[in-house]
Amino acid sequence: METVLDHARQEPVWNTNKKVIVALVALTLGLIVFPLFGPSPFYLHLMILIFMYAVMSQSWNVIAGLSGQISLGHGAFFGIGAYTSSVLYVQYGITPWLGILLGMVFAALVAIAIGIPMLRLSGHYFAIATLLIGISFQVVFQRWEMVGAASGLWIPLTEESSWLALQFHDSKAPYYYIFLAFFAVTYLLVWRLSNSKIGFRLRAVRDDYQAASSLGIDVSRYKIIAYVISAIIMAPMGSLFAQYILIVDPDRMFNLEISILVLLMTVLGGIGNIWGPLVGVAILIPISEYTRIYLGGTGGAVDLIFYGLILMLICVFRPAGLISFLPKHLLEREKHR
Amino acid sequence: MSILSVENLGKSFGGIRANHDISFDISPGEILGIIGPNGAGKSTLFDLITGYTRADTGKVIFDGNDITRMRPDRISNLGIGRTFQKLKPFADLTLLENVMIGSFARENNIKDARDKALEIIDFVDLIEKRHHFARELSTGQRKRLELARAMATEPKLLLMDEVTGGVDQKTIPGLVALIQKMKASGVTIATIEHNINIIMEVSDHILALDQGQRIAFGRPRDIQNNEKVIDAYLGTVDVA
Ligand SMILES: Nc1ncnc2c1ncn2[C@@H]1O[C@H](COP(=O)(O)OP(=O)(O)OP(=O)(O)O)[C@@H](O)[C@H]1O
Ligand SMILES: [Mg+2]
Repeated sequence: METVLDHARQEPVWNTNKKVIVALVALTLGLIVFPLFGPSPFYLHLMILIFMYAVMSQSWNVIAGLSGQISLGHGAFFGIGAYTSSVLYVQYGITPWLGILLGMVFAALVAIAIGIPMLRLSGHYFAIATLLIGISFQVVFQRWEMVGAASGLWIPLTEESSWLALQFHDSKAPYYYIFLAFFAVTYLLVWRLSNSKIGFRLRAVRDDYQAASSLGIDVSRYKIIAYVISAIIMAPMGSLFAQYILIVDPDRMFNLEISILVLLMTVLGGIGNIWGPLVGVAILIPISEYTRIYLGGTGGAVDLIFYGLILMLICVFRPAGLISFLPKHLLEREKHR
Repeated sequence: MSILSVENLGKSFGGIRANHDISFDISPGEILGIIGPNGAGKSTLFDLITGYTRADTGKVIFDGNDITRMRPDRISNLGIGRTFQKLKPFADLTLLENVMIGSFARENNIKDARDKALEIIDFVDLIEKRHHFARELSTGQRKRLELARAMATEPKLLLMDEVTGGVDQKTIPGLVALIQKMKASGVTIATIEHNINIIMEVSDHILALDQGQRIAFGRPRDIQNNEKVIDAYLGTVDVA
C-alpha cells in the first residue's frame, strides 16, 4: 500500500501549476511581439519603465522580502551602475556593455563594504544607515568634479544607432528588447534563487535569525549575500537608464525617490513574493506616467502624497500586497492532500 | 569517552549567577535529563553550550573540539542540534519548508533536502501536516516541528528544552515515545524536563540544578533519593 510518505515524495518540488506556466509563456510571447504592432513611442517608453522598475523593485524585494533587511538607500546601486558605465564610456570609450558588468562589480563591492559593518546591526540601524548612505552618495557625486559634479555628464551621441555603444536614435524598440531581456533574466534567476538552498536559508534568517543559526546558518554572511545579489540586480538598470536618456547627473541617478519607489511598488504588489514587485510596478508606473501628462511636470508633491496614502492603505488592509488577491493555489506549490 | 564535557561553566547576568561552576559529562548514545526549579539556570546552560550566551568562565568540549564561545551556527555545524523553550518556528513557512531549512545544513540540492525533510517529518508523525504553515500548528505540533528541524541537521547531540512543557496531557506519551525513538536512532540527547515521571522514565543520567549550581548528578534512582534534590525540587513542585 502506498503510504502518505511515498505519496509526498512524488509531489513536485516547486510550483508546476499548468495555468501559471501557460500564463507566463503567453505573457513572454506577448511582450516579445508587442513592438511589432507599431505602438507609439509613448507606449514603448511606458513598457521600458515598467521593465526597469520591475527589476529595480525585485532587487529591493531580494534584500527586504527574502532576507528581511529594510534598505532605504537602494537607489545608490542604481547610481553606481549609471555612473560606472557612463564614466567609462565618456572618458575611456569603453563599451557600455562592459560598463554594465563593471557596474555590477562595483555595486557588489560597495554592498560588501556597507554590509559587513552594517548588517551585523539589528534591522532598524541597517535601515537608517542605508538611508544616510543613499543621501551621501548623492552629495558626493554633486561635488565630484571628475564626474561632472552637479551638472553630471552628457553621453556623446554616436552618429548612427549602435549596439556596441548601446545607443539607438531611430526607435525605442531596441531599448525595449534590452530592458525586456534584463527583466526576464532577472525574474528567472530570482525565481531560481528563491527555490534554492540560499533562498530557503534567507527566509529562515528573515523569519527568526536565532532559529536560523541553530540550523547552521551564518546569519551575517547570508544577509551580506542577499545584499550583494540585490545590488548586482540594481546596478545594470542604472547603466541602461543612463544609455536610454544619455545623461547622468546626481539628481536623477542618486534620487532618493528611487529608493522610496522601489519600496512602495514592492509593498503594494506583495513583499516577499516574486511577482509582487511586478504587480506593484505595473499599477504604479502607468498611474505615475499618466498623472505626469495630465498634471504636468513631475507631478510634484502630489504623487508622493498619493503614494503615502497607498502605502498606508496596503499596510493596514492588505499587508501581503495586491498579489494576495489572486487565488492561493496559483501562487503555491501544487498540493495533493 | 564522553561526547560532551562541560567544565566549571559559569555565567552571571548582572548580579544573578545564572550558572555557577557547572561540570558534567554526557556519554555517546545516552539521554541526560536536566531538572531544576524555575530559574535554576537550565536554559542558560543550553544557551552557553550552543553559543547563544557567552560563558564568563569554564569550558565546553564537544567531540574533541573546544566550542566555548564559538558562534551558534558553527556549533550546529559541528553536530549539536537544539530546540528552544520559547518556540522559534519559521512561522510564515510551511512545516515542510521549516524542516527543509534544517536539512540544507547537510544537503545542497532542493530535492534531496525535501526528501530528507519528508522522512523526518514522517518520523515525528506529522506527515499529514507537511503543507501547513507553522503558525497553524498546535503547540505540541510545533514542538515536534522544532525536533524535526533540529534532527534534519543530523546532530550527534540534541538539546531539548521542555519538549513536553505546555502541551496537552494526551500528547505526552507520543512525545516520550518519540524521544525514545530518537535515542534508538543513535542520537545522544540532553533534555530539560519539569515532568518528573518522564525524566525518570527516559533518562540514563540526571543533572539537577538549583540557583545556578549543580546540586546532584547521577542515575535516576539515586537522584530520586537525593536529599538536596528533594528539598530544592521534588518537594516543592507539583509532580503531575
Ligand atoms: N538574558 C538574561 N538576562 C538577564 N537574566 C537572565 C537572562 N537569561 C536568564 N536570566 C536569569 O538567569 C536565571 C536562570 O534562568 P534560566 O532561563 O536559565 O532558568 P531555567 O532553569 O531555564 O528556568 P525555567 O524552568 O523557568 O525555564 C533566572 O534568574 C533568569 O531570570
Ligand atoms: Mg528554561
